[in-house]
Amino acid sequence: MTTTTYSVTRSSQAARVAAILGALVLIALIAAPWWAGRADMRLMGELFLYLSLATLWNLMAGYAGLVSVGQQAYVGFGGYMLFALTMFGGLHPLAAIALSGILGALISIPVAVLIFRLRGAYFAIGTWVIAEVFRLGFAQVSALGGGSGSSLPVAIVKSLASKRAMRESLSYWLALGAAVLVVTAVYLFLRSRKGLALTAIRDNETAASSLGIDIWRTKFIVYVVTSAFTAMIGALIFLQKLRISPDAAFSVNDWTAFVIFIVVIGGIGTIEGPIIGTLVFFLLRETLADLGTTYLIVLGIVAIVVMLKAPKGLWGLIRSRFDIQIFPLGYRITKRD
Amino acid sequence: MPDAILSMTGLDAHYGDFQALYGVDMHVDAGEVLAIIGANGAGKTTLMRSITGLLKNGPGQISHDGADIGGLRADEIALRGIAMVPEGRQLFPSLSVKENLMIGAQVGRKGPWDLDAVYKLFPILDERKDQQSTSLSGGQQQMVAIGRALMSNPDLILFDEISLGLAPVIIKDIYRALPGIIGEGMSAIIVEQDITKALSVSSRVYCLQEGRVSLEGGSDQISREEISRAYFGIE
Amino acid sequence: MDWLNAIVQGTLLGGLYALFAAGLSLIFGVMRLVNIAHGDLIVLAAYLGLTVTTATGIHPLLALAIVVPVMAAIGYVLQRSLLNQTLGDDLLPPLLVTFGLSVIIQNALLEGYTADPQKLSAGGLETASFALGGLTLGVLPVLTFAIAIAVIWGLQWTFYQTALGRAFRAVSDNQDIAQLMGLNRRHIFGLAMALALAVTAVAGILLGIRTSFDPSIGGGRLIFGFEAVIIGGLGNLWGTLIGGVILGVAQTIGAQIDPGWQILAGHIAFLIILAVRPNGLFPRISA
Repeated sequence: MTTTTYSVTRSSQAARVAAILGALVLIALIAAPWWAGRADMRLMGELFLYLSLATLWNLMAGYAGLVSVGQQAYVGFGGYMLFALTMFGGLHPLAAIALSGILGALISIPVAVLIFRLRGAYFAIGTWVIAEVFRLGFAQVSALGGGSGSSLPVAIVKSLASKRAMRESLSYWLALGAAVLVVTAVYLFLRSRKGLALTAIRDNETAASSLGIDIWRTKFIVYVVTSAFTAMIGALIFLQKLRISPDAAFSVNDWTAFVIFIVVIGGIGTIEGPIIGTLVFFLLRETLADLGTTYLIVLGIVAIVVMLKAPKGLWGLIRSRFDIQIFPLGYRITKRD
Repeated sequence: MPDAILSMTGLDAHYGDFQALYGVDMHVDAGEVLAIIGANGAGKTTLMRSITGLLKNGPGQISHDGADIGGLRADEIALRGIAMVPEGRQLFPSLSVKENLMIGAQVGRKGPWDLDAVYKLFPILDERKDQQSTSLSGGQQQMVAIGRALMSNPDLILFDEISLGLAPVIIKDIYRALPGIIGEGMSAIIVEQDITKALSVSSRVYCLQEGRVSLEGGSDQISREEISRAYFGIE
Repeated sequence: MDWLNAIVQGTLLGGLYALFAAGLSLIFGVMRLVNIAHGDLIVLAAYLGLTVTTATGIHPLLALAIVVPVMAAIGYVLQRSLLNQTLGDDLLPPLLVTFGLSVIIQNALLEGYTADPQKLSAGGLETASFALGGLTLGVLPVLTFAIAIAVIWGLQWTFYQTALGRAFRAVSDNQDIAQLMGLNRRHIFGLAMALALAVTAVAGILLGIRTSFDPSIGGGRLIFGFEAVIIGGLGNLWGTLIGGVILGVAQTIGAQIDPGWQILAGHIAFLIILAVRPNGLFPRISA
């Protein structure tokens, strides 16, 4: 008599191959300062920061059902905290980045209590109001340059590293580190009990609440954690830019529209989606950027078409064709003879 | 055989992966009252949803007045003269009694039914015409639902579980009014769990069981025994 | 007197905000759709007014005769060709599609009209004013407020006294049963969007006469309209007018304290009302 045994596993062949490839790519990326030019490193640094923002937005919208069009509130807040803490608090920029994450979490708590009263699409516009309040509020702070903004003093920039090449490498590594941290953290979170609860809520809110999952609390935690990370990314963004103004810091186009397009085109509600989306976004930008406004119109049309015709994005199309998962979240049953 | 106003041939119905009807063949003759009986989940409501177009079905499976209506949208089917009194009444809560009735007339079909005729049939509705429909008793709400369907002057009217949730005395009233309603050359399909009621007003009956027709015959010809076998599937 | 003046001017400003809000409120009421591109459509209407007035030389208020039907047609086509596809239980498609639409309209306007601020020239109407009990009232703000009242009264009448309004409410209550009554919900939704954008056209023209505009200001108008809707209470058109007035008064009082505080004061008033009365002051339906 032969028996067939089944084993329940999360890992897949594709995931193992991808893990090895990923490790190799990561090593190559860490070594970039030794093989890439300055312009390329800047571009890659920016790409990593967008990847982080997209992954965070995807966690909120794609998993927690919190569709925000106001994440620029935390990007700008983080950026301004970097400037304020280094200029007036005398903190080292790295300490200021970490602290702006904590402050971002703190300020997001009262914000969440308030705007969680709005549902669905109204929640989305509520987040935008908050971002506007932040923008107008910071424009009133004359110590930070008011409406015209301010530059990071040279002494603070130099405190990061005295040589320019070293500063650029450091800023690149910080961006890379942030992306790896954010993607890994979101992946591990979604694999955890809390993360599974989140997926359960997304799939069926009523059923999830009858299983004893506290929906409000779960969403609240996601919102606060996402805000903290977004604020840190914001601090990193403006550490690269070295200049901040209310309009740049709280730009809905730069920090929300692009991020939403990245996630929608790549595939919302998947971990791989934002990665693919970021690559596609930068590819399009580098080839079509000369078109200016036309480029944005094209981007908007592509996002609408993807949303209507392929709601799971490019990654969804790839996955349905090849049945692969690079970041396996669910368990699968495999047959062993 | 007189001309069928509605006929179904090999009608299938699905909810996603779940198949609810399997190759149902059925016809309603002009001017007749047809009863459809069956246990819970036998497919009665699914059948109603298929006929009215709320559930998509394939072309060629349902024809009305000789024309294929499979695949038409619900509003297009309504314009052709098929009306339904839905299960649970389903009045529009933000519309008054009168507005609920008038929305039925929106299809613009000519015929004997208008506000005055409905008020004459159910005088209580005339008194309550400006109230919100949800403030009425269950029986009065059922009158509004029936009046709303009549206002479209249909040639075929479907009654889906009209006695459900109503007091026996009110059910009696409504069934007493039915012959007067269905006169005028209209055909009707009555879906009921209460077999006695269904048989008392109909000329023919179909019994559904697990999505298939398990019995068909004249309402006064088939026996209790046959019905319970067809109803519960007990051999 | 300054304070009384601020309150009166704010009230009149509220009329404009109520016009921003009315279309938003209408489509939410009928099909539970929140249109992120609403503000950009207001700006689009202002630009259409600009094109009509510069091409023909007619007064902007007369241009309404062209802009209103054009916007209504755009609304119907937009709804039937695009937005109807997004409606369903899932929240994401309508939100993201209208967000994409917002970016498209904004950049198309940039392409067509550049980023330079524009204004609709209404001649003497822009500066005309009259004295009333020691206050000086602009004719345009008073006219705007009167139009807002007329538009909301008209919408209210359409909603509760006409066959179209009955159809709107029936579809809003129960789409399936409304279909059984011969109402094609896709067509009804198209008509609702047409009506909403007709109101948007009025709002856009009045905005363009009152202040200068450029393609980037749509988001701000959406937010003002949204705040008026939430303050007044969802689904209540007259509440929307009161919401607009509260927002307008908060802004003018804020500006009275410090000119930089005008917009911020309006947002803060909104957040306070959200904190104490999450369903708005006069809610009719729950979101």
